[in-house]
Amino acid sequence: MADLVPSAPDKRPAKLFNWGRLAVIGSPQLWLIAFLLAPFFVLLKISLSESNALGIGFDPIISYVNDSLQFKLRFSAYIALVRDNLYILTYLSSLWYAFLTTVLCLAIGYPFSYFLARSNPNVRSALLMLVMLPFWTSFLIRIYAWKNLLDVNGLINQFLMWAGIIHTPLRMMFTEFSFMIGMVYGYIPFMILPLYATLVKLDTRMLEAAADLGATPLKTFWLVTIPLSRSGIIAGSLLVFIPAVGEYVIPELLAGPSTLNIGRVMWNEFFLNLDWQRASAVAIVMIILILGPIAVFNKYQTKALEAAR
Amino acid sequence: MKRSSALPTVWMILVYFFLYLPIVVLVIYSFNASKMVTIWGGWTVQWYGAVVHDHQLISALALSLKVALSTATASVVLGTLAAFALTRYRRFKGKSLLNFMINIPLVMPTVVIALALLLFFVTVQKAIGFPQKGFLTIFIGHTVMAISYATVVVQSRLKEMDRSIEEAAMDLGARPFQVFMLVTLPSISQALVSAWLLAFSLSIDEVVISAFLSGPGATTLPVVIFSRARLGLNPTINVVGAITVYLVVIAVAISSVLMARRERRRALESAAAYRQEIDFHPGVHAGDTGIVLS
Repeated sequence: MADLVPSAPDKRPAKLFNWGRLAVIGSPQLWLIAFLLAPFFVLLKISLSESNALGIGFDPIISYVNDSLQFKLRFSAYIALVRDNLYILTYLSSLWYAFLTTVLCLAIGYPFSYFLARSNPNVRSALLMLVMLPFWTSFLIRIYAWKNLLDVNGLINQFLMWAGIIHTPLRMMFTEFSFMIGMVYGYIPFMILPLYATLVKLDTRMLEAAADLGATPLKTFWLVTIPLSRSGIIAGSLLVFIPAVGEYVIPELLAGPSTLNIGRVMWNEFFLNLDWQRASAVAIVMIILILGPIAVFNKYQTKALEAAR
Repeated sequence: MKRSSALPTVWMILVYFFLYLPIVVLVIYSFNASKMVTIWGGWTVQWYGAVVHDHQLISALALSLKVALSTATASVVLGTLAAFALTRYRRFKGKSLLNFMINIPLVMPTVVIALALLLFFVTVQKAIGFPQKGFLTIFIGHTVMAISYATVVVQSRLKEMDRSIEEAAMDLGARPFQVFMLVTLPSISQALVSAWLLAFSLSIDEVVISAFLSGPGATTLPVVIFSRARLGLNPTINVVGAITVYLVVIAVAISSVLMARRERRRALESAAAYRQEIDFHPGVHAGDTGIVLS
């Protein structure tokens, strides 16, 4: 803790070991190396190994045979992923649904955040609280709750039939529709919060200036409001898109079996087919796919933090 | 320029309707007498009784609470240390690594983290015969994830905290450990509470990591609910969901009452301080004149 106050001159004699500082840095670091980093290396290792004849246990990657170190990397699990169209289609489909979720969240969430940021300051924090409130109940149960509504005998069908709009119940559960409802429902707060944070800080004098210079409200919105809220749009979109790619619970509860989803494929590879190598390879490829968006996210996060200082 | 339009109000009402409709319907259906969950058969509380006597649910709830309490506490301790290291130490070996590891769980899909952890525990167990899947493995998995959120919460508070108090304590001869315990911790106590609550709620709601890391006879409540929800509509899930809604509503009501009370006390205190200052001022002026006269 010697440089707790970096500007102050060091008054105490420097110790060889600063145990307090070591403990502060060391304990979270050790925990995360042991239980976060090491597991990822095990994952990588298993994806690159081949199960031995019994189907349990794996040949070691590095072995000492005939006085020489031998490296054996097996790409068989990865080759299987490329060979089988199903996996490629599943990755594409997961990316597509994540993209669709992001667009829908943005389309619903942007106007909402905009109106929220412009609402009466006296009730604004209460309105924001109302967005956060469902967050505190169980995510799993909120997703499940849609089954009550979308079921063949669910509330929506009952209502539509009572109102005489339809005569036979609509099939909504286990379709793209129910899947997207669940995804938007689960992820829209992650879009609204960063958008609201940028929109509420927006300098309204800019909008007045644009209006004074003769811009129509629509033009002002496109040319001033949207560009000024760009960082919120990017942060919100990434916060929705990245976890949506690997989402497992929502598709499992609300999407039909024909909806290809990479989280489900990984789960089934592991729990039903007991194919650990392939499940690991699926996971590694998923990590690689979202690495790009994560890098962009980190860049914007640091930028936002720097701007905040 | 100002055109009052109904669009903002309508749009916001629709979004709130979307957010709250399933929750309200869930609570209403939890009182449905019919075994067919969505066909209304009159009011009843029989499913609440069934849940209380459901041993699988109760023992899963007990494990969930145990895991969540341990996870929240461990995450706040480790997260505070990590946040302190990242904000107060200019540079140290592995700072960017620590920062990187803290950020991973915020963006990585939980399925991937869960699979990696399970394969890791299986490998370790094969090597040293420990740990068995159960409380310990779930706790470790949840803490790996919750540390990140705890760190982010504490870090943002540490960044905006007034450093001069810490410097003053140092100048007055306090040792770094004393400064941390007597100055830093008390002034970030609110952030510690919210980090603890966040970690608790993340843990008690977590499904995927728990499903991978739970062993036979040791599963958490969300895993039980998830396995029932996969099979279809189920009156007990509506009841469990309704109970969580009641708990959240009660907690929010209590906290808003407390906040209002604290707000009022603060207002009273500042009003009292203001009065004192006014009372004090004439004396100051008298003293000033006294000095000038002499």
